[in-house]
Amino acid sequence: MTVQLDARPPVAPAPGRQRRSSGRLSRLDTRYSPYLYIAPFFLLFAVFGVYPLAYTFWVSLHDWDLLGTDHPFVGAENYTRLLADVDFWHALVNTLGIFVISTVPQLLAALWLANLLNRGLRARTGWRMAVLVPNVTSTAAVAIVFGVLFGREFGMVNWLLDLVGMDAIEWKSNRFASWVAISAMVDWRWTGYNALILLAAMQAIPRDLYEAAAIDGANRARQFWSVTVPLLKPTIIFCTIIATIGGLQLFTEPRMFHSGTNPIRGGPLRESQTLTMYMFENAFAPHYNFGYGSAVAWLLFALIALVAAVNVLVLRRLGGGAGPRKGATR
Amino acid sequence: MAVLPRRRLAAVALAATTALLVTAGCGGGDDAEADGPVTLTVDVFGQFGYDQLYQEYMAAHPDVKIVERGTGSNLDEYSPKLTQWLAAGRGAGDIVAIEEGLLVEYKANPGNFVNLLDHGAADLKGNFLEWKWNAGLTADGKQLIGLGTDVGGIAICYRKDLFEKAGLPTERDAVSKLWPTWQDYIATGEKFVAARTGASFLDAATNTFNTILLQTAGNTTGYSYYDTNGNVVVDSNPAVRQAWDTTMDIIDSGLSGKYGSWSEEWVSAFKQTKFATIACPAWMTGVIEGNAGPAAKGKWDIARVPGSGGNWGGSHLAVPKQSKHQAQAIELAKFLTSAKGQIGAFKAKGPLPSSPQALDDPAIAGSTNAYFSGAPVGAIFGTGAKSLKPVYMGPKNQAVRTEVENAVRTVELGQRSPAQGWTDAVTNAKKAAAK
Repeated sequence: MTVQLDARPPVAPAPGRQRRSSGRLSRLDTRYSPYLYIAPFFLLFAVFGVYPLAYTFWVSLHDWDLLGTDHPFVGAENYTRLLADVDFWHALVNTLGIFVISTVPQLLAALWLANLLNRGLRARTGWRMAVLVPNVTSTAAVAIVFGVLFGREFGMVNWLLDLVGMDAIEWKSNRFASWVAISAMVDWRWTGYNALILLAAMQAIPRDLYEAAAIDGANRARQFWSVTVPLLKPTIIFCTIIATIGGLQLFTEPRMFHSGTNPIRGGPLRESQTLTMYMFENAFAPHYNFGYGSAVAWLLFALIALVAAVNVLVLRRLGGGAGPRKGATR
Repeated sequence: MAVLPRRRLAAVALAATTALLVTAGCGGGDDAEADGPVTLTVDVFGQFGYDQLYQEYMAAHPDVKIVERGTGSNLDEYSPKLTQWLAAGRGAGDIVAIEEGLLVEYKANPGNFVNLLDHGAADLKGNFLEWKWNAGLTADGKQLIGLGTDVGGIAICYRKDLFEKAGLPTERDAVSKLWPTWQDYIATGEKFVAARTGASFLDAATNTFNTILLQTAGNTTGYSYYDTNGNVVVDSNPAVRQAWDTTMDIIDSGLSGKYGSWSEEWVSAFKQTKFATIACPAWMTGVIEGNAGPAAKGKWDIARVPGSGGNWGGSHLAVPKQSKHQAQAIELAKFLTSAKGQIGAFKAKGPLPSSPQALDDPAIAGSTNAYFSGAPVGAIFGTGAKSLKPVYMGPKNQAVRTEVENAVRTVELGQRSPAQGWTDAVTNAKKAAAK
């Protein structure tokens, strides 16, 4: 558009210099103004994304007492110590365990919920909004309530177990039980959110595909697995990656699940201490070792990138080569 | 032609907006020293009992407004926040309360705090027990970080109604006679458990462990997890081992309700009358009253602690360098830690004064606590407070203590045998100290 404007012959002979300069300006404008338009994002990302990342890395190379004024450079020492730290690996296993126990049922349940919501229900909007309600409650409040529900002696879950004649479970000091309790919290909060995202994707699937499938004699279940699920693949990948990032950074739920002395440990034997909690324990109370905590943060970052990559690969592989999909590609 | 300038204008406007946003994000915050009344923020944890004193101070100083933050909060939530504020250089109150365990860590980096010796605090030395004053000084004695508030003389608080149910004496002198030693305390506990009242004898083994440790260490070595040269001596200090063994006996006798101290369950257990006794430093009386609530008024009483004496806890008030109203804050801190201030706090919430003048004051010596059945708290906690022997704390006392108490907790919950628990305590304590 600008080019066309400039190409128009001048009505009156204008001074050549001015014309040239306005032409140059417009060229500059064409070339650089797009960068200016996207600059706010990158500026904010640089300030709140790149800078903290780089600074954390810088800190992780130092022996950095949070309150100290002297921070000697120690190179990779924090990292080598961390790799030999059993509590770090313990927290990693906890994080992955809670991640798997929470994410897999969560996405399956979300898929199922989305499928239900996609049908002709009465008061459909009401149902769709209802599944999102847990997501708008405060995480801390949820965690405190669940922490009380899963209490050893005064908790409602153990009371219910007692009613049906089962032994009470030590939800906070049994490793697997605490993972399950925390996963329940995560799923309660996030299943509805994922269901809505999947629902949106489901509604973008053209109706004629289902009609064609129906004519071919596919029943509802077959339609779901052969038409809906393959076409949801990009969305499922998206949900999985988001769940991965959230799951590996899990902090508020396990932290607020425990109360009392030093809850950042996640139980007396660190039963449900996640990596972010371990990072916090080292960077802040009671160790105040900022360098070591930063090293944990960087390894966590590497881990998330790794798991996200594995996610993409696995899901790509899973979705490939299915028969009905071919006709369905957009 | 008109299209071009408008676009350029848009670009310029966008750039300007961006720049504005960025600068706006960085600016602000530094509210200048206003001429009007200054607001002093006081950061505390638990119950310091200053409300009445603030009113009094504000009445005498119309230009000062006082806001307290953190009342009733857990020390484990308060300490990291305070440390972050100090590290970040902003966020902390004008006066901050520092518990004795954290004070040793802060003393390693005294630059975060105003040196109170530069502000006429040296004259106040006589207002504090000598060891309390010294605890606020840096190692070289050149900087005073904090003025002492309270000390934690120890007693045992107990539920009279539960004792009665178990057929034990309920009158405080008779109860005190039940347990001259910790072994007698355990024997009483066994009787209590045998009576099946539906409650446990004590709240949590960790609290009792810490009490026994501080008492034993105070009476023998004078240090607990660290010796005075800064070496970790968890495995070689006989005081630690003795406290551990006694605690194992307590666990073994089934006396503990296993309500992890300071947890939600612990608070519920107070409300539901789930345990009969609790190790009770003077400041704990306020905590009990807060947790058990008005319904339990008159059902609690206070007896003497088994063994002899001991000190657990106690705090200092410090003024962070980041405070914008240092002069006013120092004045207020001096007021709150004066004998008068300490007496006021004691009357409100029970923290035992660290000022000998306050301890001698008839207001304290003769004081009783209505919530605890009119127990003569002044006499119970005050007697012997002046002869308290301090326990030295090493640089990473908090981290080491956490490890050892967690080991106690794992044994209490049956996750570890006493022998395994001890091994854990020693290894993890050393690891924590090296971090």
